[in-house]
Amino acid sequence: MNLLEEVIHYYQTNQAGFWQATQQHLVLSSAAMLISLVVGLPIGIWIAHRTRIAQVTINIFNSLRVIPSLAILFLVLPYLGLGFTPSLVALTFLAFTPVLINTYTGLRGVDRSVIESATGMGMSKKQILFQIEIPLAIPAIVTGIRIASVEVISSATLASFIGGGGLGDFITRGFALFDVPIMLVGAIPVALLALASESVWSIFLFLYQKPYAA
Amino acid sequence: MQTSKVKPGELTTEGEPTHNNVIRSGEIVCQEVTKHFPENSRPAVDHVSFKVAAGDLVVLLGPSGCGKTTLLKMINRLYEPDQGQIWIGKEDIQTLPVNQLRRQIGYAIQQVGLFPHMTIWRNIAIVPRLLGWDEEKINMRCNLLLELVGLSPTYLGRYPRQLSGGEQQRVGLARALAADPQILLMDEPFAAVDAINRERLQSELLIIHRKLHKTILFVTHDVEEAFRLADKIIILKDGQLIQYGTPVEIVVKPENEFVAELVGSNNLLRKLSLFDVQSLLEAKQYERHNSFSKASFTSIQPQENLRTALSMLLESGAEQLHVVDNKGKSHGVITFQDLHRLLFEQFTSPAAELE
Ligand SMILES: Nc1ncnc2c1ncn2[C@@H]1O[C@H](COP(=O)(O)OP(=O)(O)O)[C@@H](O)[C@H]1O
Ligand SMILES: [Mg+2]
Repeated sequence: MNLLEEVIHYYQTNQAGFWQATQQHLVLSSAAMLISLVVGLPIGIWIAHRTRIAQVTINIFNSLRVIPSLAILFLVLPYLGLGFTPSLVALTFLAFTPVLINTYTGLRGVDRSVIESATGMGMSKKQILFQIEIPLAIPAIVTGIRIASVEVISSATLASFIGGGGLGDFITRGFALFDVPIMLVGAIPVALLALASESVWSIFLFLYQKPYAA
Repeated sequence: MQTSKVKPGELTTEGEPTHNNVIRSGEIVCQEVTKHFPENSRPAVDHVSFKVAAGDLVVLLGPSGCGKTTLLKMINRLYEPDQGQIWIGKEDIQTLPVNQLRRQIGYAIQQVGLFPHMTIWRNIAIVPRLLGWDEEKINMRCNLLLELVGLSPTYLGRYPRQLSGGEQQRVGLARALAADPQILLMDEPFAAVDAINRERLQSELLIIHRKLHKTILFVTHDVEEAFRLADKIIILKDGQLIQYGTPVEIVVKPENEFVAELVGSNNLLRKLSLFDVQSLLEAKQYERHNSFSKASFTSIQPQENLRTALSMLLESGAEQLHVVDNKGKSHGVITFQDLHRLLFEQFTSPAAELE
């Protein structure tokens, strides 16, 4: 049996476990993305109009970014124990920074003359935010989401270390048994999921910008 | 001119309900208006007072940093003055709801500031939609305005980045005129456009001004542009109003050496180059000759400047130039004597007679 056949064989004999792990992986990743969007987008929008606070916030999150995902997992362990919750917290934290920073930079990057003429024409702050600033910041925001989603999907494999489940379980198992095919049963779908997410967001962005790009 | 197909009546929205208009006049009065940004040592605008009559095209002229933009932005309240008052008609603008005020003042800037994610139609429709116009009326208005600024209605579905700089500036002007405001504020709108397009835009603005009688406050640091466009010119320096008068008054009687230097009053040829033949003719109120034989004389078009007229007089040896427009219609004659009189203060104010 070659490697690929072994991978397929392992998958076929562990189908139930595989799909359960995939589902866990997706639920964990999506939940982390959802929470970081629900929290990160409004905060990013809020700080975009407050330069001082923004500087401080961005600096804090940028410096926290250097902490490796694995370290975050182990840092939350003493407080949240094992399982789904600490994994979710760590992944949410991971996704939060690119969402926040890209929302902020996207909104700040809107051409000042555009805002000035909108204001000068008598649009209210709210109208400018929803009709001008956010639509023009979408490319940056979606880029943040794309980066975050790829990071979350790949880092969700680490959840397995603290009993969070997901496709990482196959990788840890394969690693423990020195069994490459088992590892690949986890690793290949993770790579495909990351790639899929990357593509979906890229296509979305392309379609979004296509009409008005020069 | 490609913009002349639109009839004046079509471009105003007379008969509209006026109950929600906060602006009922095109007259602007500034009284001791002062703005001091905390980070600067001196005020950006320093006790400036003037009155702009409804329907006048007044140019704010002065070197970069003299406070033109700051002054303009206080009129639509993008900046609030530290001292002084601004009135539009009988209303102190401080007492008006700010967004209502802005929706009734057209605003065009050098960077244009079109919304890149919106079609030209959506860009122009912004203020009409804020004012709650219905779709059909907005469509008619958009078509008319594009024609007015010399663009084909096929542009309505395009996006700003698909247009050249000059075309974008035309859309900017159409957008500023969208809700038929009585007042138009323009901050160096043509400064970033190439020279050929700039001249074209200037002529078109003049035509639009004659057609629509909007009050226009136009900021520029370009002396030639100021003289081409202005009914009256306000000269600013270091935030202070140095002189306010017609182009002829400013050239002929500059308030001080700064103004003389700026407009080149000391240089006769330059002085002549600031006026076009048309304005001298109007100054003379010359009776029209429509029955000249066109074969045997030196002719000049009304929009040429007087420096060109002088060269033509000198080069042809003729005693007079016949002013003939490009349709072959005669507008009268000008002579050395007329140029001489203009330079040596013997005309009171041609621009005043344009009224
Ligand atoms: N928002 C601002 N904050 C601080 N200083 C300003 C601001 N806008 C303009 N100024 C200053 O006010 C003066 C006049 O500027 P401005 O009105 O832009 O001049 P102009 O339009 O004639 O070039 C300049 O010294 C400029 O630096
Ligand atoms: Mg300026």
